Amino acid sequence: MAKLKYNKQGRLLFTKEMKKEYTILCPMMAPIHFRLIVNVMKNCGYHFELLNTTGPSIVQEGLKYVHNDTCYPALLVIGQFIDALHSGKYDLNKTALVITQTGGGCRASNYIHLLRKALKKAGLEQIPVISLNLSFLERNPGFQITLPMIRKFVAGLVYGDALMLLHNQTEAYEVNKGESEKKVEKWISELSEQFNHGRGLSLKQQTENLNRMVHDFASVPIHKVPKVKVGIVGEIYVKYAALGNNHLEDFLRAQDCEVNVPGIMGFALFKVDNRLDDIRLYGGNPVKRFFVQKLMNYLLKMQNILIQAVKAEPRYLAPTPYAHTKSLVKGIIGYGDKMGEGWLLTAEMLELTEQGYENIVCAQPFGCLPNHICGKGMIHKIRAVDGRSNIVPIDYDPSATRVNQENRIKLMLAVAKEKLPQKE
Amino acid sequence: MKIGLDVGSTTIKCIVMDESGNILYRSYQRHYSKITEKMTELLEKVRRDFNLDETAMLTVSGSAGMGISQTCGLPFVQEVYATHIAVDRLIPDADVIIELGGEDAKILFLTNGLEVRMNGSCAGGTGAFIDQMATLLNVSLEEMDQLASKYEKIYTIASRCGVFAKSDVQPLLNQGARTTDISASIFAAVANQTIAGLAQGQPIRGKVIYLGGPLTFLPQLRSSFDRALKVEGICPENSLYYVAIGAAYCGAVQTNLGEALQRIRKYGSTGSFLSIPPLFQSKEEYDAFRQRHSRCKAPRGDIASYSGDVYLGVDAGSTTVKAVLLGKDAEILDSIYQSNSGNPVPIIRDYLLNVFQTYPKLRIVKSAVTGYGEELLKNAFGIDCGIVETVAHFTAAKHFRPNVDFVIDIGGQDMKCFKIRNGTVDNIFLNEACSSGCGSFLQTFASTLGYEIPEFAKLGLFAEHPVDLGSRCTVFMNSQVKQAQKDGATTKDISAGLSVSVVKNAIYKVIRVSNAEELGRNIVVQGGTFMNDAVLRVFEKELGVEVTRPDISGLMGAYGAALYAMGKPAAAESSLIGLEELRNFKHEVKVTNCGLCSNHCRLTINIFGKNRRFIGGNRCERPVTKRNSKDELNMVACKMELLASYRTSQPGPRGKMGIPMGLNMYELLPFWHRFFTALGFEVVVSPLSNRELYLNGQTTIPSDTVCFPAKLMHGHVQALIDEGIQNIFYPCMSYNFDEGISDNHYNCPVVAYYPEVIAANMGSLDGHNLIHDYVGIHRKRDFPIKIHAILQKSFPDITVREVKRAAKEAYAEYAHYMESVRQKGDAMIQEAEREHRPIIVLSGRPYHLDPEINHGIDKLIVSLGAAVITEDVVSRREGRVHTDVLNQWTYHARLYAAAKYVCSRPDMNLVQLVSFGCGVDAITTDEVRRILEDGNKIYTQIKIDEITNLGAVKIRLRSLFAALES
Repeated sequence: MAKLKYNKQGRLLFTKEMKKEYTILCPMMAPIHFRLIVNVMKNCGYHFELLNTTGPSIVQEGLKYVHNDTCYPALLVIGQFIDALHSGKYDLNKTALVITQTGGGCRASNYIHLLRKALKKAGLEQIPVISLNLSFLERNPGFQITLPMIRKFVAGLVYGDALMLLHNQTEAYEVNKGESEKKVEKWISELSEQFNHGRGLSLKQQTENLNRMVHDFASVPIHKVPKVKVGIVGEIYVKYAALGNNHLEDFLRAQDCEVNVPGIMGFALFKVDNRLDDIRLYGGNPVKRFFVQKLMNYLLKMQNILIQAVKAEPRYLAPTPYAHTKSLVKGIIGYGDKMGEGWLLTAEMLELTEQGYENIVCAQPFGCLPNHICGKGMIHKIRAVDGRSNIVPIDYDPSATRVNQENRIKLMLAVAKEKLPQKE
Repeated sequence: MKIGLDVGSTTIKCIVMDESGNILYRSYQRHYSKITEKMTELLEKVRRDFNLDETAMLTVSGSAGMGISQTCGLPFVQEVYATHIAVDRLIPDADVIIELGGEDAKILFLTNGLEVRMNGSCAGGTGAFIDQMATLLNVSLEEMDQLASKYEKIYTIASRCGVFAKSDVQPLLNQGARTTDISASIFAAVANQTIAGLAQGQPIRGKVIYLGGPLTFLPQLRSSFDRALKVEGICPENSLYYVAIGAAYCGAVQTNLGEALQRIRKYGSTGSFLSIPPLFQSKEEYDAFRQRHSRCKAPRGDIASYSGDVYLGVDAGSTTVKAVLLGKDAEILDSIYQSNSGNPVPIIRDYLLNVFQTYPKLRIVKSAVTGYGEELLKNAFGIDCGIVETVAHFTAAKHFRPNVDFVIDIGGQDMKCFKIRNGTVDNIFLNEACSSGCGSFLQTFASTLGYEIPEFAKLGLFAEHPVDLGSRCTVFMNSQVKQAQKDGATTKDISAGLSVSVVKNAIYKVIRVSNAEELGRNIVVQGGTFMNDAVLRVFEKELGVEVTRPDISGLMGAYGAALYAMGKPAAAESSLIGLEELRNFKHEVKVTNCGLCSNHCRLTINIFGKNRRFIGGNRCERPVTKRNSKDELNMVACKMELLASYRTSQPGPRGKMGIPMGLNMYELLPFWHRFFTALGFEVVVSPLSNRELYLNGQTTIPSDTVCFPAKLMHGHVQALIDEGIQNIFYPCMSYNFDEGISDNHYNCPVVAYYPEVIAANMGSLDGHNLIHDYVGIHRKRDFPIKIHAILQKSFPDITVREVKRAAKEAYAEYAHYMESVRQKGDAMIQEAEREHRPIIVLSGRPYHLDPEINHGIDKLIVSLGAAVITEDVVSRREGRVHTDVLNQWTYHARLYAAAKYVCSRPDMNLVQLVSFGCGVDAITTDEVRRILEDGNKIYTQIKIDEITNLGAVKIRLRSLFAALES
């Protein structure tokens, strides 16, 4: 069995032996993306397992082990971990946890420390926690982020974005209910199968896969009727995770809406681009700029193959190129606003409005600091710039009730429905 | 025939109209959460009265109608939208609609495109809130309205949340403020809350319409809105029914009423809810439980046969007054436990009169008082000593369990828990931000459901399926309870569920423990709420320990006070007033504003008979003692003085540059002041914050949950605009200076980017030049080039050379300022050492210097005899410290370093100020606590907001000092 090793500051390390023996638990966020990424990580030699759990015990564990004023995503993610560790399903001497860390000025960078505190409180200090980040925070001998890994990871995100987009745009109009959902399942298993054999991750194979995927979805018979089109933006966790937003997407679908959730690639591009903007705004190292620019170009290329693939089918609306998204906020919010979702959140609201998804749910955890600025703080300005936008900000936390949230969303939908005939 | 049904959170409204829109029937009633029954009843009546055998166009609306209509397949229209439809037809020229409901507040802007606003996750300022306040004042809503019409003065009350408001109103009541003024202040608070929370920068002008229950029934509330908006709003006919009318207008589908009724009935009988195991499995189990707890008894004596020396203890709590008389052997001779009805003075007077007259053989030799009303009662009756609640409760608890290591007291609205370490009170937990775990919470629900509290609590003991309600805010618990009722939970299940929720709130929200070991094994529980067996049972089950509940659990404060009085060496004569004086007792109240400093406290002066008086509402001792504060050892005041020299400057050739004085400007003012004066600008700084300045900016705040210091910025920028300043400088700053003591040197997201919010939401900035570009002062070499490019956009003639020189001076000025702070601080520490004064390191952010933000807490500490030093003075002495969290914010790194340093000094203690809504402090508070506790220090945290309950602050500080003394 792997020995527990600590670094100088006393942090429990994830060792090379652990890589062989341990199961690494990963919290759920965006279901399509994360299922793919878990398989990507398996391909990299890590035994990842995605936590698919739901239920009130997650919130209970969160409330118990996390400071209650901490943001809701931290509470849920940590609650989900502790709940899983307490479930008896895992060998507690052979389990590790993985959590992302952006290293930005938002308190999200501290989730990992809150998680460790929670583990300590729960008497589970032997569980190593791996930080997944691109800021060179917390190194582990048994977990190294390599270039091939980043490449594969990005491939997973691109596939995820594609599937989410195709599913959302098809599902609302499909003739045979459930057909596009089946396609998603089919593609996740096909791609996972490819990953297991080391395929599907090169540029060529990705392009091929994406093209096939788009054509495959395009074969689903649809019946286009005018529907209320709703976009979802917000803090990344409550934006994607059904656990965090009380199954917002399902609720909107049940209200007969077409849902548009901007993809994760935009966020990845934004986070990398921040480093370039930092250098531009405040000055900085040209060598660093060179490498970041390389990574940026790579991500742009990836976004482009996705856009091109979707464009091949006229019935689908492709994602907006990053440069255009970025240009939308010029004069509205500065590019220096980079904590949390930063200016990207504002940009996505403008982009959705421009694309005809002017009815927007802006989701955030109660008291989310960056969203005071780039979310709620910008709605007034967005309306001034583009009067079509119909935005409702919704706060999520353990004590917000679903009835309350849904009532507010219904108000937004009522306004949207009134405008619907005028639009068609 | 069209039927509109508006099922709201507390009431159900029904409208029947004919095809041409004539209203044939209307009804408005409270539904007491029996929604399906009421709906059925109403629909059956309508069906009978109008002979609607077949179909009608039925449309449902309202928050509580949403679920039902969905499941029963009835047409539904969202209520705000329904209002819009109705107003469109009935008052086509309306501009703005303000509608208050039970738990909702809405504003609809109709001109220039429909814009609707609804309160988010906060139910402050709604009908439920006004109900709560009426209960607190012990008056009916009509009475409250009448009272409000006779007001003279308006107090500031936070209506953000009923909970907060209670903590504002209670001290006012305790200080003896008039109910007329309080009633009017509550209405004013509601108006302010609605406008500030919902308008979000949109002006409310033109024809304003008031709708909904509270605005219909309370003319004084309408006047408050009129005053706040400077308009004369209209409350039209049928103002209660607009949602129902709108719903009826929307009717387009014929519904078979018979079938609909059937479905609604069926809906009422289905549904499931999350439940938890029953509290007691059997009657036997309950009896054993009763048996065990009945053993813990306080000794009693017979007052009728007793003669000689007795000791009096009084506890004036937030909702109740308690008094205890002890004999020589600490036996209880007599006691009272009574609701204070807003004023404890007459209750104690009557009690004392009664004791003196009935038992002339008793002689009260010593008396002590504790609780919220301590000062008031002490002065009113000449009670010998006043002690802080925690000490009183500890004294009492020790009497029952000498080795006690944790005391938890849950009273009406407050919860006090503390650990005992080395025989002193340590680690106090108070519910400053939330009262959901308290007695009044249960009481509110009991009365909503039509029960008295003891009866209600008993119901829960044998509930088969207690509802799992989670732990949440009172106001939201309403909707949660409704949901459970709808799903078939019985009153028993709800009662048990609420008891569980009270306990869970206490344990997980206030104390925040994960297991009982953290609290120790010897726990004493007390306070009125624990007299409730269900709560006690849940508490034991949740923690897995058997606790001690004294049979006088509700009287423990008074008992402890009496014991304390007993322990004090008896003076020759108690200072308590005698029978004669009690008979002629008079109590007069005057209200005035203190003018001795910038806080402008609203003082309530209580005058009792000839020469005793008590001033309430003051933050410092100056109005009482008239003492000069010049020689105080107060670093907060000293820093304010240092900053004052940067508030003005000479006129410059480049004109005026405005700087809003808030957030990080509280530290960077010296930097920017020097920078701009060196460039030839006259720097104009916005004035010191006050309530008026805040109100002037509040309508442009887009997010009502952001911290108060950020909200204040709107007022500061507005003040500069009002002064006619053309150029305003308020830069965005992701990064702060790197002081070398942290992993990174960020500002928090709000400090970093709040200028963006100002720029995007303050319409009054039109035509002004707000320079809010991104600036990096952390890169000293790049800074001049970058800032030059920014400034050149507004001032093309500025040269790089000039900027470079100005920047150099600015950096030097900042260093000089920081050095002065340190030197002054060092000198103060030395002086405190010489005088052997305890030193409190008051830690927070630079902007906590603002007296409008810190509410004069620094002065309060000084008045208690300590020196106040700020965190930046001592953080440099410590340097970089190891933390268990990512240490990535400049200001917050100082907190960790200061905490670490404090641990090395026996004469220093740390008090942390935390702004409500500060997400970052959720992380820092835990870490600072850990550092202090590892160093064997007591951690004291004070939460501050727009309004602060100084009563709670005092308890914390006095307990801290009491612990230091012993």
